[in-house]
Amino acid sequence: MSVTVAHTLDEALELLAATPSATVLAGGTDLMVELNMGHRRTDAVVCVNRVGELRSWRHDPGTDTLRIGAAITYAELMDAPLAGFSPALAQAARTVGSPQIRNAATIGGNVGTASPAGDGLPVLRALDAVVHLASTAGTRDVPFAEFATGPKRTVVQPGELITGVTIPVLNGFQGYSKVGVRNAMVIATASACLAVDTNGHTVRLALGSVGPVILRAPEAETIAVQAADFEAGTIDPEAIPAFAAAAAAAARPIDDHRSTAAYRRRAIEVLSRRLLTRAFPAPTPGASS
Amino acid sequence: MSDTTAAVPTTGSNQMYVLHVNGVDHEIRDAWLGESLLYVLRERLGLMGSKGACEQGECGSCSVLVDDELVCGCLVLAASATGQRIVTIEGVAPVGAPSDVQQAFVDAGAVQCGFCTPGLIMATHALLDRSPEPTEYEIREELSGNVCRCTGYGRIIEAVQRVAVARRGGAA
Ligand SMILES: Cc1cc2nc3c(=O)[nH]c(=O)nc-3n(C[C@H](O)[C@H](O)[C@H](O)COP(=O)(O)OP(=O)(O)OC[C@H]3O[C@@H](n4cnc5c(N)ncnc54)[C@H](O)[C@@H]3O)c2cc1C
Ligand code: FES
Ligand code: FES
Repeated sequence: MSVTVAHTLDEALELLAATPSATVLAGGTDLMVELNMGHRRTDAVVCVNRVGELRSWRHDPGTDTLRIGAAITYAELMDAPLAGFSPALAQAARTVGSPQIRNAATIGGNVGTASPAGDGLPVLRALDAVVHLASTAGTRDVPFAEFATGPKRTVVQPGELITGVTIPVLNGFQGYSKVGVRNAMVIATASACLAVDTNGHTVRLALGSVGPVILRAPEAETIAVQAADFEAGTIDPEAIPAFAAAAAAAARPIDDHRSTAAYRRRAIEVLSRRLLTRAFPAPTPGASS
Repeated sequence: MSDTTAAVPTTGSNQMYVLHVNGVDHEIRDAWLGESLLYVLRERLGLMGSKGACEQGECGSCSVLVDDELVCGCLVLAASATGQRIVTIEGVAPVGAPSDVQQAFVDAGAVQCGFCTPGLIMATHALLDRSPEPTEYEIREELSGNVCRCTGYGRIIEAVQRVAVARRGGAA
């Protein structure tokens, strides 16, 4: 077995090109559990969480987008200045594990694991994030919507590295909510991210832990857009239950050891309703009821 | 306890690496490179202060600092921590001269069986370094990665508050 710590992106990519079967290690909070439990064996590890290019982020004021390096941790996403660019990502980050986990766990690792319960992922799906991949052969960008092909299955090829994700910086409410058995250290039973783009007049709703991959709820989004007054920040209150019902209908939950499909669907309904009510706190003046 | 290679699955590599623990460089030889930092600290370096219970990041009893960040030692691949500053509970204060946090845990009765204590001391130092006057809510959230089966946490929170008061010049 070999363990190599890469310090630059080129070095990391060359190591992966030389040993395409090598396992990428970032914060280790998924990988080490598998190694400790004997669920995963590996002959070569390339450690990437000290690669400067992956440890950095950049806000592009021209496009108003934020590029987040793959090795940025949840602890960093939770706090200023990054929290200001995506409040939902900061909220999701705060729900991850514990301080010890958030200090180590990276956004790239969350994307790489591609668990339907990954807390950062509904936010990336709601924001139509782009995932950046690189190898010695070149780089490619994959829409987050096409990145995961199933639970814990992704389009990443041997020799490829996730270098980061890019999200738009939106003007409008963003929220992330999660249901689990307790507050700390819990895997989501169901989760939802709502993001409002006040300028573009869109409402995006993404659902976690209720399908093989993160889902969007397009019908719910349409209901919200039609009922919302984006300038006033208000919504027709009658649309809220319809929105929540459409969100629940978009979920594709299963029964498993953590919960039942029926409970998860109901949780999505409640979370979606709460998020929309927070996004548009006051009813449209003069609207019925 | 010194060398338990036989107990660990070996893929036959003896790449030597160096860990910088509590200010001292240690050469790790003939070790399986898949070992966690917690395992290497305890079984190869004889630093038994960090405890192992779950080995999956859930209990916090293995908490150590790596380059000033509080992390679970069980989730750090030891061979990847080369060139980083590792501080364990043994590095917090010399034997016989406890840190203020250690003393406060004793004074507040926050130690019962003691298994969780090293991890909680590490987490408390990290918490108070970042936030010198935490609210009770903040203390609970920041120590949520450390499980204690004995105390019910009340005295642990009291210990943290005592240190915060004493550090800003009040009576502990
Ligand atoms: C106690 C505990 C609690 C947890 N709680 C939560 C929680 O509440 N919410 C949540 O979402 N997750 C949780 N997790 C899971 C985990 O912390 C996250 O998925 C985390 O984001 C993984 O990041 P990492 O950097 O630690 O990944 P690693 O373990 O280093 O890697 C994860 C996977 O991604 C691959 N990978 C990592 N980086 C890259 C890259 N740059 N390019 C290509 N592949 C890469 C690795 O090869 C590996 O397969 C928890 C884990 C533990 C142990
Ligand atoms: S042994 Fe590391 S967190 Fe439990
Ligand atoms: S004192 Fe026994 S586990 Fe905390």
